[in-house]
Amino acid sequence: MSSGLIHWFRYASPPSFYPLAGRMTPWFAWLAAVSGAVGLWIAFFVAPTDAQQGESYRIIFVHVPASWMSMFLYLVMAGWSGLGLALNTRLSSMMAHAIAPTGAMFAFLSLWTGALWGRPTWGTYWVWDARLTSELVLFFLYLGYMALRAAIDDPRRGDRAAAVLALVGVINVPIIYFSVQWWNTLHQGASVSLTRAPSMAAAMLAGMLIMAFAFWMYSIAVSLVRVRAIILEREAHTEWAYQLKEAT
Amino acid sequence: MLSANDLECVRGTRRLFAGVSFRLHPGECLLVQGPNGSGKTSLLRILCGLARPERGEVRWNDAPIWRIDEEYRAELAYCGHSNALKDDLTPSENLLAAASLCGQPASRGAAADALEAFGVRQLDALPVRALSQGQKRRVGLSRLALAARRLWILDEPLASLDARAAQALAGLVDAHLERGGIAVLTSHQPIELRAEVRVFAFT
Amino acid sequence: MSAPSFRAAFAGIVRRDLRLAARRKSEPLFSLGFFVLVASLFPLGLGPEPELLRRVAPGVLWVAALLASMLSLGRMFVADFEDGTLEQLALAPVPLVVSVSGKVAAHWLVSELPLVLVSPLLALQYGLPADVIGLLMISLLIGTPALSLVGAIGAALTLGVRGGGALVALLVLPLYVPTLIFGAGAVDARLAGLSSAANLSLLGACLILATVFAPLAAAAGIRIALE
Repeated sequence: MSSGLIHWFRYASPPSFYPLAGRMTPWFAWLAAVSGAVGLWIAFFVAPTDAQQGESYRIIFVHVPASWMSMFLYLVMAGWSGLGLALNTRLSSMMAHAIAPTGAMFAFLSLWTGALWGRPTWGTYWVWDARLTSELVLFFLYLGYMALRAAIDDPRRGDRAAAVLALVGVINVPIIYFSVQWWNTLHQGASVSLTRAPSMAAAMLAGMLIMAFAFWMYSIAVSLVRVRAIILEREAHTEWAYQLKEAT
Repeated sequence: MLSANDLECVRGTRRLFAGVSFRLHPGECLLVQGPNGSGKTSLLRILCGLARPERGEVRWNDAPIWRIDEEYRAELAYCGHSNALKDDLTPSENLLAAASLCGQPASRGAAADALEAFGVRQLDALPVRALSQGQKRRVGLSRLALAARRLWILDEPLASLDARAAQALAGLVDAHLERGGIAVLTSHQPIELRAEVRVFAFT
Repeated sequence: MSAPSFRAAFAGIVRRDLRLAARRKSEPLFSLGFFVLVASLFPLGLGPEPELLRRVAPGVLWVAALLASMLSLGRMFVADFEDGTLEQLALAPVPLVVSVSGKVAAHWLVSELPLVLVSPLLALQYGLPADVIGLLMISLLIGTPALSLVGAIGAALTLGVRGGGALVALLVLPLYVPTLIFGAGAVDARLAGLSSAANLSLLGACLILATVFAPLAAAAGIRIALE
C-alpha cells in the first residue's frame, strides 16, 4: 500500500510528469479519434430521421455532449484547483490551467451548435432558454478564470487566486443553473426550448454517450499536451528543463 | 522563542535565499543585513506569516506558526515599509483604530502616551496627510508603544528618521528586549542598541 | 492584554471606514450618480412610452443598481492595500473573515444603502405603483448586501492586478446572476399582481449563502494578494 502511495506522488512533480504525459497523449488521441468516428457514424447514418425536425436535429449529437463536457470539465478544473490549494502542489494548478481553454471551447461549441440547431428548427439563432443561457454564464466563468490567470504575473499567486475563483465558481454553478431555470419558467413567453429534444431512441442516446466519451478523450489528450507546454514554460529556469533542451 | 528552520524563499523564478535557520530567545535581537533585493523583506514577511516559504518553517515556542495562527499574531507587532496609516485620520485616531481592529481597544490616554514616546503627540490636531515623511514614520512606529507584544518585526524602521527619533526608537527596542521581548529588524543605517545584537547577513 | 474581541474588531473597522467616508464626502455620490445616470439612460434608449417603461422598470432598476454596485468594488480594498493597513488587518489576532465582513458592511452602508434610499424616486420616473416601489426597496435591501459580499470576492482576488474594472466585472457579473434573477423577479411578480414571496425567499437564501461563504473566499483572496 505505501509503495503505491509513493508511486503516485513521484509523478506529482513536473519533471516526472512531463514524460509520462507525453507517453499517454497518443493513447487518448487515438481513443478520441476512434470513438469520435463511431459516434459521428451513428449520428449521421444510424439514428433515424426525426418526424418533426428532419435531419437538422442531428446536431444534438455534438450540442448535448459538448454541454456535458463543458460542465464536467469545470468540475475537474475546480477539483485540480482545490487540490493545488490544499496540497500546495504546482502540478495540480498547472493541470487546472491546462483544462480551462478546452472547457471554454466546449462551452462555446455548445452555444454555437445550439444556435445552428435553433435556426432551422425555431427560426431564430438564439433563444433564451434555460440551458443555453446557463451555458453562456458558464462560458463567462471560464473566461473569467483564464483572464484572472493571465492578468497575474507571479505564477504561484496566479495559481492560488485562480483556484479560489474556480472553487467559488463551482459552488455557484448549481445555483446559477437553478436560478436560470427558475427565470425561464417565470417568463413563460419563451415557449421554445432546446431541451425538448425529440424523444430518445436508444440509438440516439448511445450516439450521444459515445460522442461524450470521444470529447472526454479529446479533452484529456489536449490537456496533456497543453500541460507539457505549461510545465516547460514555468520550469524553464530549472536544471532538468535545461538538460531536456540539451538532449533534443 | 522564535525559531526558523531551513527557510527557503522563491520569488517568481529566482531563489532569494535557502537554508536560513536561527533561534531567538527572549531578550535577543536579530539584525538582518544585505543589499537591496537580497530578500530581507521577504524573510521578515515569512516570519510574520504573511508569505509562505518554499521550504522550511517558522516556529513560535516550538509550535509552527501556521498552526497557532491567531495566537501568534497576538504576540506579534510588524512595521513594514509602509506606515499603515490612513491619511484622513489624525494620529491618535489612527492608533485607536489600529487597536480596535485587533479587538483590543485602547484608551485615548494610552494612545496619547504612545505618541509621546516618539514626540509626535503635539501633531495630533492634524490629519496624517499633513505630516512630513519623518513625522508619519514616527506615528507609524508609535503603534509599538501602544500594544505590548512580545515579538517585534521591523523592516527599515530608521528610514526617514532623524537622529533624535532614531535614538527614541533604539531606546524603545532596548526596553522591549529588557522586558524579555524579541526583535528582528533590517536596517541600512547603523542602529545603536545597548543589548547585544546578532547579525544575519545576506550576500 | 485582554483576549481579542471579535465584536470590538468588527465594530472598530466599521466605525473607521464610516469615519473615513465622512471625511471624503464624495464617496457615496459616485455610485449614486452612476445609478441615477444609468436609470435615466434607458428611457432615452427605449422611448418614453409609459406602458413599456413600467414593464421594464424592475429589470432596468435592478441592473442599474447592480452595475453601480459593481463599479464601487474598486474602492473596497484598494486604498487599504496601498497604504499598508490591509496588511495590518491580516496580522491582527482576529480572524481575517471578521475584518473582511466589517469592511463589506461599511462598504454597503456607504455605497449601497444610498441606492436603496434613492430607488423610489427612480421608480416614480418609471411609473411604478406605490406597493411595487415598496417591494423594490425591500428587494434591493436584501439583494445589495449579497451583491457587496459576492463583489468582495472579485475585489479581493484582483488587488494590485492589471485589468482594472473590466476584469472585476468579468469575474463578478456571472456570480451576480442569481441575485439579479430573484431580485428583479420579486418586483416583476408584484407588478403582475402575483405573490413575490418565493422570489424574496430565494433572494434571502442567496444573501445567507453569501454571508457564510463570501467572507471566507474574500479573506483567502486577500491573503493571496498580500504574499
